[in-house]
Amino acid sequence: MSDAALQQPSARDDARQEADEDRIVVENAYKIFGGNPDEAYRLLGEGKTKDQIFRETGATVAVQDASFTVKSGEVFVIMGLSGSGKSTMVRMLNRLIDPTFGTVSINGQNITAMNRKALIDLRRRDMSMVFQSFALMPHQTVLENAAFGLTVSGRDKADREARALEALEAVGLGQNARSYPSELSGGMKQRVGLARALANDPPVLLMDEAFSALDPLIRTEMQDELIRLQREHRRTIVFISHDLDEAMRIGDRIAIMQDGRFVQIDTPDKIVSEPANDYVRSFFRNVDVTQVFKAGDIADPGVQPGDGVTEISADASLDEVLSIVSNADGPAPVTGEDGKRLGAISKTALLKTFDKSR
Amino acid sequence: MEFNIEIGDGVSAAVDYIRNNFQDGLDGIATVIEWVADGTFIALDIMPWWLLTALLVVLSLWRVGWKFSLFTLGAMLLVVGMGLWEETVNTLALVLTATFIALVVGIPIGIAMSRNDTLETLVRPILDLMQTLPPFVYLIPAAMFFGLGKVPGTIATIVFAMPPVVRLTNLGIRQVSEENVEAGLAFGCTDWQLLSKVQFPLALPTIMAGVNQTIMLALSMVVIASMIGAGGLGNTVLTGIQRLDVGLGFEGGLGVVVLAILLDRITQSFGHGATGGLFSFLKSVFATGSRAEGHSGTRDEAKEASPAHGRNG
Ligand SMILES: Nc1ncnc2c1ncn2[C@@H]1O[C@H](COP(=O)(O)OP(=O)(O)O)[C@@H](O)[C@H]1O
Ligand SMILES: [Mg+2]
Repeated sequence: MSDAALQQPSARDDARQEADEDRIVVENAYKIFGGNPDEAYRLLGEGKTKDQIFRETGATVAVQDASFTVKSGEVFVIMGLSGSGKSTMVRMLNRLIDPTFGTVSINGQNITAMNRKALIDLRRRDMSMVFQSFALMPHQTVLENAAFGLTVSGRDKADREARALEALEAVGLGQNARSYPSELSGGMKQRVGLARALANDPPVLLMDEAFSALDPLIRTEMQDELIRLQREHRRTIVFISHDLDEAMRIGDRIAIMQDGRFVQIDTPDKIVSEPANDYVRSFFRNVDVTQVFKAGDIADPGVQPGDGVTEISADASLDEVLSIVSNADGPAPVTGEDGKRLGAISKTALLKTFDKSR
Repeated sequence: MEFNIEIGDGVSAAVDYIRNNFQDGLDGIATVIEWVADGTFIALDIMPWWLLTALLVVLSLWRVGWKFSLFTLGAMLLVVGMGLWEETVNTLALVLTATFIALVVGIPIGIAMSRNDTLETLVRPILDLMQTLPPFVYLIPAAMFFGLGKVPGTIATIVFAMPPVVRLTNLGIRQVSEENVEAGLAFGCTDWQLLSKVQFPLALPTIMAGVNQTIMLALSMVVIASMIGAGGLGNTVLTGIQRLDVGLGFEGGLGVVVLAILLDRITQSFGHGATGGLFSFLKSVFATGSRAEGHSGTRDEAKEASPAHGRNG
């Protein structure tokens, strides 16, 4: 893994986060499908690529040497091309897939060593998952679907229905509790998927391309919904995506996977300003960075604002920033929602950002 | 030079051996089957003809539609008019008994197959063989172990009718989407919860297609089983053939066709077109709590969810 994996929280993290404990810790996790894993591991050590190893041994290296930490309340986005190992990685976090080597810890507990019963308890209590194809149960009502996790963990009917209804109301589907999934649109179905995941109030949410099957307008709407839910109640979220816009919008940090390896783990602005390699760069080659970034994203806490330069709010667009900074004598100060100074933006920094989008 | 392989002797010896050493087991099986068969027959026969007819008409109306309920009414009146009521009820009881036992045995086998690839590769060729053998073949061992009468007839029917439900249970569970299974596991299902809350319900439309085929096979076999004394409409047909009485044979055959259409349409209606209907039906039968709401809008979804329409039994 690249050393660019910076575990330091960004300015944005500092502003938003109180509890700063490690929620998810992954250490040197590997997943090798088929073949002889030890042999594949040895060949990886010799520097052979995933393709070479598959040709020589028939083993698929889906994830190799993954190490990262997700802080409590952080939205951690994993990006990568199809087949790069994102789904495998996220499934190792709740052990739908067992890591071949390495460890995964949730809340300080090593889940790779857990027995079945402890694992089931963990899944019922501490984490839930949202799926790309929604994975609702067609024979159950929306309410029953939302209550699924609670039913499985044996809550009584009145209790689980009350909680499920609450979760449905939180995603704006209180009116549809008695409908069946087939009567809902894609976006509504995924709201049910989200409500099901929220109903047992888990500290960790795993979302595997949860919005990828939705059309762009609905996708943006769901992203806003997620951001809103995070604002109301911060959870630790591991979100898989192949869409940089999405990753930038919702992610506190972005991890980029290539052929099963993490090539860079950084804040969104670092990913754009200091991409680790061409693969990372390729993700935002066609993205209009000025649309992705707000003033808060590019504010540098290490820069002193110039005297008398107009204050900019963190959610100002880069066009607004441009009109202020270009006429100012020094860097423009940026202030967060809570009135806290986030840093300042200099002309050079702004020009560099615009340069990235070409 | 003469070349004889004495298979017949060997088989006789094997049958004798089993009868001598496992007589208790055979008796046990016979007792259970007789008990179920008698119970079913009594339950149907205790009703006057008009009551059973009324029940079937209501069932047709609820599951299929008013046109079909008229057909049901006409068909039952025809059966009564032909003087074949007793035989028809007898055949229906045997079909229901054989189907019930075939499902009780076959569905768990199908479930086990879906969870174990080795078992699937072992059982699959046996099912293939069972479905290619002519039905008469089942009569011989049944008669050898259980003599003549209702019990061997039912056993032959069970064995003959079981393959489709085993096959389609296995298939249905294997076809449940990977993400649905993952969702079950991710929310903390135990093995049993995964089966009962995710795999089985989602496989149900396919399983019901298997149940439908099993019923149809059971009906065709019950007729043949009359040759070893199972009784019912098959007997009427057989008597017609033996006495060269074309009219009697035809009447018996007509009774069988009527039953076939009734059973087919009604069981098919449970397989597709109304998963919700079946669920609320099952729920209303088994549920401890009451829950009457939630019928609406399940028809479309059931159509989507049902991979196997129609039947080819
Ligand atoms: N069950 C499996 N058996 C064998 N290979 C698998 C399995 N699941 C995934 N893979 C392989 O592992 C790699 C990573 O897959 P996946 O994690 O699904 O990638 P992504 O979600 O990024 O598209 C791919 O090469 C895929 O073919
Ligand atoms: Mg994937």
